Amino acid sequence: MSERGIQVSIAQARAGAVIGARPLGIETVRSALAEVMDPELPMVSIVDLGMIGEIVVDRVTGAIEVELLPTFVGCPALAMIETAVASRLAELGPPVRVETTFRIPWTTDRITPSGLAALATAGIAAPAEPDAVHCPWCGSGRVVLDSSFGPTQCRSLHYCRDCRQPFEAMKPV
Amino acid sequence: MTGTVAAPPTTGLADLLLSMADDEFVIGFSDSEWTGIAPLLEEDVAMSSIAQDELGHAAALYGLLARLAGTDPDAIAYDREPDAYRHCRLLDHGRGDWAMTIARRFLYDSADSVRLDALAGGGWAPLAELVGKIRREERYHRMHATAWLDRLARDDGEGRPRLIAALETLGPDAATVFAPLPDEPALVEAGILEAPMLDLEVRWRTAIEPVLIEHRLPLPPPMRQPDRARLDHGQPFRWLWGEFTSVRRADPGATW
Repeated sequence: MSERGIQVSIAQARAGAVIGARPLGIETVRSALAEVMDPELPMVSIVDLGMIGEIVVDRVTGAIEVELLPTFVGCPALAMIETAVASRLAELGPPVRVETTFRIPWTTDRITPSGLAALATAGIAAPAEPDAVHCPWCGSGRVVLDSSFGPTQCRSLHYCRDCRQPFEAMKPV
Repeated sequence: MTGTVAAPPTTGLADLLLSMADDEFVIGFSDSEWTGIAPLLEEDVAMSSIAQDELGHAAALYGLLARLAGTDPDAIAYDREPDAYRHCRLLDHGRGDWAMTIARRFLYDSADSVRLDALAGGGWAPLAELVGKIRREERYHRMHATAWLDRLARDDGEGRPRLIAALETLGPDAATVFAPLPDEPALVEAGILEAPMLDLEVRWRTAIEPVLIEHRLPLPPPMRQPDRARLDHGQPFRWLWGEFTSVRRADPGATW
């Protein structure tokens, strides 16, 4: 039950380099975040999962603020992700603040097309209501829901009647 | 993107947050007792996942409360004596058998859903935002409880009598989720809670009675002792409290 919101003090040596420099662009920050993978779904970045809300770079100080949107309220990987985000952004130089928030609720609609493709390659089907889920291995729609509760909070368990393989799907929220 | 929570509009907010957090915390711990011993492997996973969701909701609610009070969420969760917990009496019956667990989940999830709906558009953004997220998760808990209620109710073996016995045991305490809170009129006035708890109880009964009637299952009778509904926790809770505080008490102040 850690207190959310991590304040990272950047090495003082670097602070000097920032003064007078142009603030970083949002896309530079986003590219750095795209290197942070989800610990429970290591094939997908947190950017592709849609876990990044607003990114703000202060025009004067260059300080970076990033909103992190938890996939589930009680996601046990959250503290790891917060730390990973803070330390990756710290490499950029300016002060960093990561705020975990429910201001924008994370939904499965936020997963990007490349995120969905990476999940499918790992055998995890795209989020859909149970009767609309398709097998990530053979593409068949003849699948059954075994359980809404899988190995992590965000995944459900299914079985494909055509290729006879069990598989997981992202649970639509 | 501010890091601070605005001042609470009413003092009743703390009571509301504590009651909801304790409800989620206690049912989460009760459910986690099934990890490893549920009737099916899928149910081991399901109950563990549901418990994890509920403990996560509790942690977030304790977090809001701690920010209001300037304290530590873990201290609120673990460092109180049993009498200081404010969960409702529905959750004070001990784990019981599988039918008891399903009956409790059905009654609680349906009631919690009505309560969450009444908070989702609320006037205090940190709570309304959290509730918006929690509701998306609770939908799966309701589907799970309703599917199992249906399965046990239709069972022609021991499942149905066990389910009926569980509903008869829990029924008189089911509505305690809606026991009026001390400063409730102020919460309604401030737009945090859409309607008084007793109105929410009516909505809940309207929602569940057709399901219970369809299965010829007992309906929850009126709430006993509403003024004591979140007090007087008995032996089953004292046992659970001993379990969930044992590590914390073994080495107070330890860091992990």
